[in-house]
Amino acid sequence: MSEIKMTVNGKPVRGDVKDNTLLVEFIREHLRLTGTHVGCDTSQCGACVVHVNGKAIKSCTMLAASADGAEVTTIEGVANGDLHPMQKAFNDNHGLQCGFCTPGMIMSGIDMVQRYKSAGKTLDEAAIRHELEGNICRCTGYHNIVKSIAQAAGEM
Amino acid sequence: MSQGIGAPVKRKEDKRFTTGKGKYTDDIRMENQAYAAFVRSPFAHARVRNIDTSAAMVMDGVIAIHNGAELTGDGIGNIICGWAITSKDGSPMNMGAWSALATEKTRYVGDAVAIVIAETKAQARAAAEAVDVDYEELPVAATIAAALADDAPQIHENAAGNIVYDWEIGERDATDKALANAAHVTEMDITNNRLSPNPMEPRSAIATFDEAEDHYTLYTTSQNPHVARLVLSAFYQVAPEHKLRVIAPDVGGGFGSKIYIYPEEIACLWASMKTNRSVKWTSDRTEAFLTDAHGRDHLTKARMGFDAEGRIVGFKVSTKANFGAYMSLFSSAVPTYLYATLLSGTYNIPNIYCEVLGVYTNTVPVDAYRGAGRPEASYLVERMMETAARELGKDPAELRNINFIREFPHQTPVIMNYDSGDFEGNMRQAMEAADWAGFAARKAESRARGKLRGIGMSCYIEACGIAPSAAVGSLGAGVGLWESAEVRMNPVGTIEVLTGSHSHGQGHETTFAQVVADRFGVPIDSVQIVHGDTDKVQFGMGTYGSRSGPVGMSAIVKALDKVEAKIRKLAAHLLEVSEADIVIEDAQAKVVGTNKSLAWHEIGLAAYTGHNLPEGMEPGLKEGAFYDPMNFTFPMGCFICEVEVDPQTGKTEIVSFVASDDFGTIINPMIVEGQVHGGIAQGVGQAMLEEVRYSEDGQQLSASYMDYAMPRADDLPNFEVLHHGTTCTTNPLGMKGCGEAGAIGTPPAVINAITSAIGNNDLNMPTTPAKVWAAINAARIAAE
Ligand code: FES
Ligand code: FES
Repeated sequence: MSEIKMTVNGKPVRGDVKDNTLLVEFIREHLRLTGTHVGCDTSQCGACVVHVNGKAIKSCTMLAASADGAEVTTIEGVANGDLHPMQKAFNDNHGLQCGFCTPGMIMSGIDMVQRYKSAGKTLDEAAIRHELEGNICRCTGYHNIVKSIAQAAGEM
Repeated sequence: MSQGIGAPVKRKEDKRFTTGKGKYTDDIRMENQAYAAFVRSPFAHARVRNIDTSAAMVMDGVIAIHNGAELTGDGIGNIICGWAITSKDGSPMNMGAWSALATEKTRYVGDAVAIVIAETKAQARAAAEAVDVDYEELPVAATIAAALADDAPQIHENAAGNIVYDWEIGERDATDKALANAAHVTEMDITNNRLSPNPMEPRSAIATFDEAEDHYTLYTTSQNPHVARLVLSAFYQVAPEHKLRVIAPDVGGGFGSKIYIYPEEIACLWASMKTNRSVKWTSDRTEAFLTDAHGRDHLTKARMGFDAEGRIVGFKVSTKANFGAYMSLFSSAVPTYLYATLLSGTYNIPNIYCEVLGVYTNTVPVDAYRGAGRPEASYLVERMMETAARELGKDPAELRNINFIREFPHQTPVIMNYDSGDFEGNMRQAMEAADWAGFAARKAESRARGKLRGIGMSCYIEACGIAPSAAVGSLGAGVGLWESAEVRMNPVGTIEVLTGSHSHGQGHETTFAQVVADRFGVPIDSVQIVHGDTDKVQFGMGTYGSRSGPVGMSAIVKALDKVEAKIRKLAAHLLEVSEADIVIEDAQAKVVGTNKSLAWHEIGLAAYTGHNLPEGMEPGLKEGAFYDPMNFTFPMGCFICEVEVDPQTGKTEIVSFVASDDFGTIINPMIVEGQVHGGIAQGVGQAMLEEVRYSEDGQQLSASYMDYAMPRADDLPNFEVLHHGTTCTTNPLGMKGCGEAGAIGTPPAVINAITSAIGNNDLNMPTTPAKVWAAINAARIAAE
């Protein structure tokens, strides 16, 4: 057991966790922020993506203890009063069906737009598809997810 | 903007999902909750000699461990198959017993023998590992061929030779004769690969027993909570229906795999009573591969005969279907009434005969997966047509065209009666969009770059809206397949629609509200769709087989008819005119030709105050309806896929994909297109990427996302989705259903394209680069 402290969605939180507690478990079970999902056990599906210190991370692949002291943003923390442009774009373009992959898609989408922006690169359709390598959606066939991220990229 | 039928309204449900506020089963936590883990057989076929729980019982946090003997001892019934199929010789199917926890034998890797309940998930899992089961390994039959071999092990005592049934449909003699007299016969051996449905949300259940009320509550990842309650009560004897509430909250995809009532839900319910705790279980992904029902897995031999003009004269099919180790809920119907009845495709075929051998193997049970039987039929028919066209030297579009059905209703030789369609119209629209005529130039351009280009089409048809209750009853179904709805208008004029359909991605909260908006002119935001809870909705048959539109919405329409009739009567009374003069639009009851009207809330209030009602009218405004379909519906369409293959690596890229579909009336084109996209992606997955593989001794070799190739964004192109609709004549809205079409029509289009590119027709799904490369080289060697 160790004590960890971090900032989650702008609020300081603390917890006593076992050393093998995953960040996703801490988020879902300790903080009860259940928008971050678990869709696999091999770090493949991206349903669990959150931002740690501004970078997209698969929270099923990181120990909670390794995020000690970090700034964490989950899907519950991206809207700022209004929906984030990425959230709105998913609604505008029917980028979700069952919604299970959606939080991970949105968190990955925001991250890729920000990375491309700060590197001065264009995020075209091929780049979006390539960047989505770590996020699986079984419902949408990705067509409308790609459209959603492209729209948000123009608005962010 | 209109929010009624045909409007591409944005989804009402999206807000909670895009903000992380969806409520899936695993997000729910009960007071006093404990966790379950299952002790699963590591062997595909083994006798259970002894289960020693002594070491596990004393581990931290362990509350209880129970086994199959205790479960059956408590009177929990065996898991049923809901559709009785009769063999050729008139004998009933040979079903082996399936206990939620295996008692004497385990029959597939993952078959559970015990349930462990502990304070935490980690403790439950650790203790499950520590349960010491003494297994005696038995010989294994992991494939259809192995199960049918002379020396095959016997998987269930009462299924001799591992044969569940030997079924037939159609006219054998007439078909044989037609084939004997045919000018040309195309013959093929076709494998339909085994798939795992893989909704992204793993299955989950939380069972709570309330001792004081003798009542159970089950939260579960179900496509049909009422069917779950019915089966859990009537067959598994977990609790009587009025003492069991089943709730399917937000569900993260289903694709068929969440229709069935699995051992885990039964065991959790029973364990919650045994331990007096809420018992929660959530599958991990590997467990999902090991226990969620798989799909497809057919081996087929087929012969299709043509006359000198290229008209089909007969079609004879022999299929072997793998059922896995136990007969799951709908499994028996999939390779029979959901498959062989679609073998006429979109074509006039005078003679059809099909026989199906259902086979037990030491693998996960196989049941309906998106399309269920119809993808297998469509793959077979459309691969045959393409191959025949190549053999006959005809244009594949022309061969199809001369065989298309053009008059409706059309009775096929295999039960189905098609009500409507424009098969050529869809094909022409798809060909135009795909620039079929310009293909030769594109092929030449690819060749100049050293690439192989191919184009392939499929003109699928399928049957949705399952189904007329009396008809399916006569064919062996254990339930009726109607749907129910209740429409409640509140005193303030807002409306609740209670439906037996279940949304797990289909967008019912939006589309069902659109049907109400269309009828009354109320905004969709004033309509709430209630579903997924047996305490709220009286009954329902759930969502599968693309039935929520044609069947579920038809029930809503019937209930709306009744509400509207009452509103008319009431408005006529209040406005002192005759009912014939009342029109309902823009959320008002208006008197035609005057400016007299009642606002929506005035109608609601009048109904509920009851101060001034017509003679004999009851207060309130709430009506229910059950809708039993008259017929199946028949969505159809034409898909065209164009590919480019790199002959050096065997890597295939889909360069364009066009779908032109006839879904009848469309409520929300945005949502319908989304359904088609997802279906195509799963179809491409089957064609090019996905396959469940087993080793000879029955170990699943593809039980994680490292090993099972799920389609990713990079594997897929953008899709061009078009409509060319006719109106379904057998339901009130004219809908045909759109949920499965993509998965049904896609695999043959893709394989027809790849085989045309590489010049070798001998290619099985999934078309991995290694397989394609080998096929290219085989063709090259054969040509030399
Ligand atoms: S749950 Fe983290 S990648 Fe699948
Ligand atoms: S929307 Fe269902 S998995 Fe992506």
